[in-house]
Formats: sequence, C-alpha cells, structure tokens
Amino acid sequence: MIFVTVGTDLPFDRLVRVIDSWAAETGRDDVFAQIGEGGWEPSYISFTHFLQPPQFIERFNAASLIISHAGMGTILSALHYGKPILVMPKRASLQEHRNEHQLATARHMKEIANVNVAFDEIELRESLDQIATLSSGRQIGSYASESLIAGLHSFIHGS
Amino acid sequence: MCMAKRTLRPKVLAIASGGGHWVQLLRLRPAFEGCEVIYATVRDGYRADVGSAEFRLIRDGNRWNKIAVFRSAIGILWLILTVKPDVVISTGAAPGFFGVRFGKWFGAKVIWVDSVANAEELSMSGQKAGRFVDLWLTQWPHLATSKGPKCFGSVL
Repeated sequence: MIFVTVGTDLPFDRLVRVIDSWAAETGRDDVFAQIGEGGWEPSYISFTHFLQPPQFIERFNAASLIISHAGMGTILSALHYGKPILVMPKRASLQEHRNEHQLATARHMKEIANVNVAFDEIELRESLDQIATLSSGRQIGSYASESLIAGLHSFIHGS
Repeated sequence: MCMAKRTLRPKVLAIASGGGHWVQLLRLRPAFEGCEVIYATVRDGYRADVGSAEFRLIRDGNRWNKIAVFRSAIGILWLILTVKPDVVISTGAAPGFFGVRFGKWFGAKVIWVDSVANAEELSMSGQKAGRFVDLWLTQWPHLATSKGPKCFGSVL
C-alpha cells in the first residue's frame, strides 16, 4: 500500500492531483490518501480528510511507501521505521502552508538523511514513474542525538 | 524541604503542538530521566504516546486566528498556574511559546528547542522566545551564533 499524507493543516492539491492521475493511468489501486480539509477531491484513489493518530499509525504501518508534504513528523517516523518516503514541500506562496520553511526542510533532509524529494509536480511524476527505485532514508533510533539529550539533561538538573 | 524536593525530582512540563512538534518532543524523553514529567499537547489521540506519564490536553492556536490563539493562551496560563512546573520545555509552535513565556513569568527554568524543520532560519516563535528563555537551542549548527541560539545536536 502507498500511504499519502498532507498534514493536518491545509490541503495540498498539487500533490494529490499528480498521484491521482498517476494511479489512474497505471492502475495502482492500493493508494490511500489523507488530503486535509477544503481541497480538491481525487477521483481514483481512496482518501479521507483527516486521520486520528491511532488510524494514522495503522495506515503508516501498513504502507510500503509514504508520500507526503515535507513535514518533520512524517519524515522522522519514516526514518525511524525504515520506510521509503518521498516528500514534496508545501509552498506558502501557493497558500499550502503558513510559511516557506518546507523548502528548507526538504533540501536539508535530502542532504543529511537521504530523504527522496520532489520539488515540484514534474519531479513528483518522474519519481512515481520510477517508484521501484525509491529507497528508505538514513535509519535513526528512537531518540534524539546523545549530545542533545545529555545537554538538556544536565541543564534540567543543574542549579 | 520544598527546595530539596525540587532539586531531587524536578517537575518538567513538556509542551508542544501536534504533528512534527509533538514527535520531536517525544524524541527528547531520555533527557527527562529523574524528573516528574507532565506532557501537554493539542490532540487527545496522542495520549497513548506517553504511556503512564501525566497528559494534559490544550487548545491549538496560531497567529492567523486571533480568537483561537487567545483561548489557547488562557488555557496554557491556567496549566502553568495549576501544574507549577520547575522546568518548561517546548519544541514549538504557538502553544509551546505560551508555555515558556508564562512558565518564565512564574519562575520556571524555560527551554526552547527550535524545530528541526527550521533549517535555514529560526521559527518566528523561536526568535521571540530567544529574548527570554534560559536555554535557547537550534538543531542546526549553521544557525547557532555566539549570542545564541546554541546547538547541542538534533532529534535525528
């Protein structure tokens, strides 16, 4: 199964439209998308507007590929569980998010964690057409880096 | 006696909004070892993430919706007054900012860990929090400066 998620805030029609037409053309019938509220509704793939955390986890666990906005919650979960993930950054200039940070997130996650990134709809379609080549990013553990944990711990317990 | 108790087992309020902010806060858990921790976030569905730890639900709000942000702030003020934390730590966003702001007013040691999503500039909340927090952190070494924020590492 392919699990598509756009985050809880705002819809992400550019992402959903490309995936829907790709799935229709290729006959992929195992795509499920969480699409947010008030956006375009796909005609081919299954979707819901919003998922409660337990249902989100269920869909996430069942998926062999995650396609999402460049949100850190989804990216961190994918890296932790070793799931292949493909992200496309939401753009504030297109009213998809409230600020433009996802471009930076995507660029840096590609660099330090080997996350697959499509920067626009054309790159997204290209990635979907070569879906077998999408690999998982850098595996991470359950917790933050030791230096961050140690620094916080000593600050909390310090005078 | 009260002081001795505080030193032994500090009461930590760990507060964040949903999604990535919450996931990042959870990845800091080993830092709270030896503390009494109260987690606060915006969706009841996250309750299972903290096991037997204390969990408080707060309202979300962002600067685009003035009424929601006001109601969120009032709830968080009440949370600070009733929990009386020794330490408040947040990974963002607006609810976390209120947590550290009010926590500082009422005598807690406060910590801001700016989200790893902010890889090229600090979040707006993070920039504002930098003026008063006791420990101000970015997760990106290239954003750290001699005047702060510092970088100890990241949630990855």
